[in-house]
Amino acid sequence: MATDSLAVKPARAPIPEPSAWDRLRVNRNWLGAWFMMPAMAFLVLFLAYPLGLGMWMSLTDMRIGRGGSFIGFENYVYLLDDRDFLRATGFTLVYTFIASIFKFSIGLYLAVLLNNNMPFKALIRAVVLIPFIVPTVLSAVAFWWIFDTQFSIFTWLLQKWGILEKNQLINWLGDPLLAQGSVIFANIWRGIPFIAITLLAGLQTVSPSLYEAATLDGASKWQMFRFVTYPLLTPIIAVVMTFSVLFTFTDFQLIWAMTRGGPVNATHLMATLSYQRGILGGRLGEGAAIATAMVPFLLAAIMISWFGLQRRKWQQGENND
Amino acid sequence: MTDATLKSSAPLTDSREGMTYLETLPRKVVTVYMPLFIILVVLLFPFYWMVLTSIKPDAQLLDLDSSNPLWVVNPTLQHIEKLLFGSAYPRWLFNTMMVATVATFLSIFASVLAAYAITRIRYKGAATVGGLIFLAYLVPPSILFIPLSAVIHNYGLFDTPFALILTYPTILIPFCTWLLMGYFKTIPYELEECALIDGASRWQILVQIVLPLAVPGLISAFIFAFTLCWNEFIYALTFISSDHNKTVPVAIISNFVDGDIFRWGSLMAGALIGSLPLVILYAFFVEHYVSAMTGAVKE
Repeated sequence: MATDSLAVKPARAPIPEPSAWDRLRVNRNWLGAWFMMPAMAFLVLFLAYPLGLGMWMSLTDMRIGRGGSFIGFENYVYLLDDRDFLRATGFTLVYTFIASIFKFSIGLYLAVLLNNNMPFKALIRAVVLIPFIVPTVLSAVAFWWIFDTQFSIFTWLLQKWGILEKNQLINWLGDPLLAQGSVIFANIWRGIPFIAITLLAGLQTVSPSLYEAATLDGASKWQMFRFVTYPLLTPIIAVVMTFSVLFTFTDFQLIWAMTRGGPVNATHLMATLSYQRGILGGRLGEGAAIATAMVPFLLAAIMISWFGLQRRKWQQGENND
Repeated sequence: MTDATLKSSAPLTDSREGMTYLETLPRKVVTVYMPLFIILVVLLFPFYWMVLTSIKPDAQLLDLDSSNPLWVVNPTLQHIEKLLFGSAYPRWLFNTMMVATVATFLSIFASVLAAYAITRIRYKGAATVGGLIFLAYLVPPSILFIPLSAVIHNYGLFDTPFALILTYPTILIPFCTWLLMGYFKTIPYELEECALIDGASRWQILVQIVLPLAVPGLISAFIFAFTLCWNEFIYALTFISSDHNKTVPVAIISNFVDGDIFRWGSLMAGALIGSLPLVILYAFFVEHYVSAMTGAVKE
């Protein structure tokens, strides 16, 4: 009986030798290449290629509607003598520096405030982020109106409080120094929520027992912040500030919406100047040179924060995760 | 589900309250509520001003002394009406929404595949590619727009919605990929191994196992990417020239601004209505939004 059933059972078909196609189909690298294809296509065609092209264009005298010929570093040499370019570079650095410092300190302060227990906590946190949600250009337009010369609400308040004479006006966006201050103020206003909310996320990971221990050791509020909160937050601060510095340095929208670089080119950032020269003025080569001139600054900013981060990890003896 | 989260979060809030009983109310008013209130007023004032301006009659806009400018006496909808029925604003709103939606879907599709390949297929050099994608995140649009405009001209895309639909993903893909990589890493390997043993292909694993588990991450990526698209300005300003293809931010700047003071009302109404869709979306998905923002930073 048993042997019978064994005999009846059909011979198992031999396992087919996997073909080259079958092997390829489960090959990690082959699969990976297919999965990466859409993302890579976008990034190569519209990011890596233009990045290289931009550097090439900065070495030519290309204009809109006409290919350029190679002129070496002539654009850069010309720019180094150009007062407006130097002024824009200087203002970009000042703008980034001042705005970043204020954004960081107020943002951190706000994050610490929001980390308290209070009624309507969730609602308040949600509301804080609104300036970040609203498109920059649209809030910049609101600031433009707030800083209007004739109908500025600030001027009205100052007159009301008696700081200004009746009918005395302030030319907020018409005076170079005031205009620079106004755009920096608007940038700080727009940047605080992002920093506050990301740092708040970092603060929430700090264990309360550390504060209890510090209290038992007699630490004051400031000492708790300085020796407990701040060291634990450093890695996230480094990342957040890198992003903040990067996006402040390459800012375009806010300036373009509020002043378009004026008055007398006082508020031009490198990005707005390159738009004005490259697209509006039609001198693509020169515009590309201004844009490319931003790259060394950006690399420096990334490097500083990157090595800051590395050192911190090394000090804490963490694995590189 | 809710039970479990409640239970797990209960001791946490308990210890977080920790030493707060030591703080008295008057002290808290001075150290917390007052500064918070001042910062909130400053942060929200421009929006209040925006809303107020868009419903104020012109007469009150131009005369600050006859009535309190911080309030409105006879609110009017004429600015909003003029905007919606007397200008191309609905068209611009539609353009913005269309470009943002399509670009976001394209980016999410590309990012899901890329993030899955980097974290789970782990082909040769996956870690390097991951690093390069992060670097791509740090390349700002303002150094790319001039060469990109040449590229767009060459491909014949200038002044079409495709110019924006195809360039926005370069901003979104690095961010979305990075965010989704973080989510995919949290999904246990065992699930995929089981599926592989049952004969599932990589594609089936991705669609039927990984994606359903990564829904919160997908929503975060979607919302944040959508907001970024809506907010984008420099590409839209450079690549679009005709009125009917413009997006809201560009149209607001170029079509309402001609030095005419009587336009402030419509300008503010335009800014307000242009922000509303995002604020509404945000109101529904605050948590996802915050996790997108912090997730991308933490990784």
